[in-house]
Amino acid sequence: MYLIKLILKNSLRHRLRTLLTIVGLIVATVAFGLLQTVVDAWYAGADAASSARLITRNAVSLVFTLPINYREKLRGVDGVRAVAAGNWFGGIYKEPKNFFPQFAIDPAYVAMYPEYLIPEDQLKDWLRDRKGAVVGRKLAQTYGFRIGDTVTLKGTIFPGNWDFVIRGIYDGRERSTDTSAFFFHWTYLNETMKRTAPRRADMVGWFVLELSDPARAAEVSRDVDALFRNSTAETLTETEKAFQLGFVAMTEAIVVVIRAVSFLVIFIIMAVMANTMAMTARERLSEYATLKALGFGQGFIALLIFGESLAIAAIGGLIGTLATLPVATAFAEEMGSLFPVFNVSAQTISMQLAAACLVGLIAALVPSWKAMHVRIVDGLRSVG
Amino acid sequence: MNDQQTLAPDPHPGPPPERRREDGPEPRAGPLHESAREDAPVVRLEEIVKSYRRGVQTVPVLAGITFDIAAGEFLALMGPSGSGKSTLLNLIAGIDRPDSGRLIVAGTDIGRLTEQELADWRSRNIGFIFQFYNLMPVLDALENVELPLLLTGLSRRQRRERARMALDMVSLSDRLDHFPSELSGGQQQRVAIARALVTDPTLIVADEPTGDLDRESANDVLGMLERLNQQIGKTIIMVTHDQRAAQHAHAIMHLEKGELSQREELAAS
Repeated sequence: MYLIKLILKNSLRHRLRTLLTIVGLIVATVAFGLLQTVVDAWYAGADAASSARLITRNAVSLVFTLPINYREKLRGVDGVRAVAAGNWFGGIYKEPKNFFPQFAIDPAYVAMYPEYLIPEDQLKDWLRDRKGAVVGRKLAQTYGFRIGDTVTLKGTIFPGNWDFVIRGIYDGRERSTDTSAFFFHWTYLNETMKRTAPRRADMVGWFVLELSDPARAAEVSRDVDALFRNSTAETLTETEKAFQLGFVAMTEAIVVVIRAVSFLVIFIIMAVMANTMAMTARERLSEYATLKALGFGQGFIALLIFGESLAIAAIGGLIGTLATLPVATAFAEEMGSLFPVFNVSAQTISMQLAAACLVGLIAALVPSWKAMHVRIVDGLRSVG
Repeated sequence: MNDQQTLAPDPHPGPPPERRREDGPEPRAGPLHESAREDAPVVRLEEIVKSYRRGVQTVPVLAGITFDIAAGEFLALMGPSGSGKSTLLNLIAGIDRPDSGRLIVAGTDIGRLTEQELADWRSRNIGFIFQFYNLMPVLDALENVELPLLLTGLSRRQRRERARMALDMVSLSDRLDHFPSELSGGQQQRVAIARALVTDPTLIVADEPTGDLDRESANDVLGMLERLNQQIGKTIIMVTHDQRAAQHAHAIMHLEKGELSQREELAAS
């Protein structure tokens, strides 16, 4: 108790210095947590991917499409339970900055994605309306979409103005489910293409295959790709996770940089904290020498310094960790649908607290060692 | 100073220093200890040599010092700057080690103790009084005096009780909750004296205890040391530059260039 009291009193001796160090720790902890959450958000799609689904796309690139008639052949592959087609739309809502993902899908998609929860009546309305669209809750909240609203998207890949009527709003089954997407009928896209650009009709961006047994994913992938080998549009079939990671890989350098910066922030605050503790220990050298003269051992001196360092780091780390949650919420709102899933994970919180404690421990190492080993007569002569 | 009886019980789990001398060697250290007799000196120095290294140069500080200090003595060490008096005090207090020679303090050959043993020994046997008081600025007077008692087996209540008594002995019972910054120099030194005597040590070492005080406070502190010596029988070794301060001691030991030049016996004041 006496020791804890002494540690706390020592921590508050230079209030401004301690306060500034704590502020630095809070900023660093928040920055670290935020950057780690950005990295998590990058991988959110891959993390949420189902092992029971495969994606079949053009082997050359995702930019190239596949004929819709592949669908029947895919249904015949052993191990495939269901097939759905999808296409990236890439329209602009009012302004280019209003980015959100838009997909043209066939109705089979809905049954294959149980993580999207749509009320029964809204689903029926959507299925009945060729121009109907279903939007995620987050997207609806961001742009104020309500059921019955007409939304016009300006096509970039598919020219023209496209009108949609919001027929449903889906929620995510998990916190990590993306609710920032916009889905509409592939038939609406295809029929329009037939009229305006017939050469581009009856083509899809990818097929989603639902597997009867996820353990057979590799075997089914091989069978599918073998089926279309030497055709005009060869396929590449991979798990949904691998498909998502393919997108992440395109921007992997950014992820690496973000991750590096997050650790750099911790390293910088570690240096700041170490400097604070070094100054503190240097100023109190004569006090440590006095304690040693009175008979206190090296362990007691080390406890005083480590205790103070850990107390400061823990306060900063704890406040920083708590502050990360509202900051991340504000950040996610500011980013709109750029990061569809932006949740501070339990792992990130643990890493923040662990990093703060590590900073406290490492910062105290050298000052403790010096204070422990200072000769009493030298320490008594020192002026703080 | 009727409080001498109240401070007499040893706060340490082991026997008190006085009794230890009667009971013979401490069982823990065995052969390291001189057999203690009632008339044995508290401090015995035999051919103590000490030098410091300054770069490649070796500067001799003490050159073969030999003398005894009897129990209950109040000795002043005097000498010009650099004569080695503080070094000698540090060696006796066990916060520095000699290059050679034998140093037996409170029945222990302290030159043969490990660092940890030496720290334990200091906590039991030495009370320190420094020129600049060396109090912990974040602790109040009571907590400062309680500090050395943390190394004993006493409960918090017992520690507080003893610390209060010690502060009462130095007439500071009305300043228990004052921090060092709220006390005058003389009062701070009195807190330091209370801290030095709270563990009932064998020996009190004082390095220029009045060096930072005005004349009135200095007299006050010296009177207090004198009373501790006369009424409780504490052995005190004091380093001082001040001839008037030294007059409060039983004897003055003069050092010059690392050697004892003269021992001057003083009439009891």
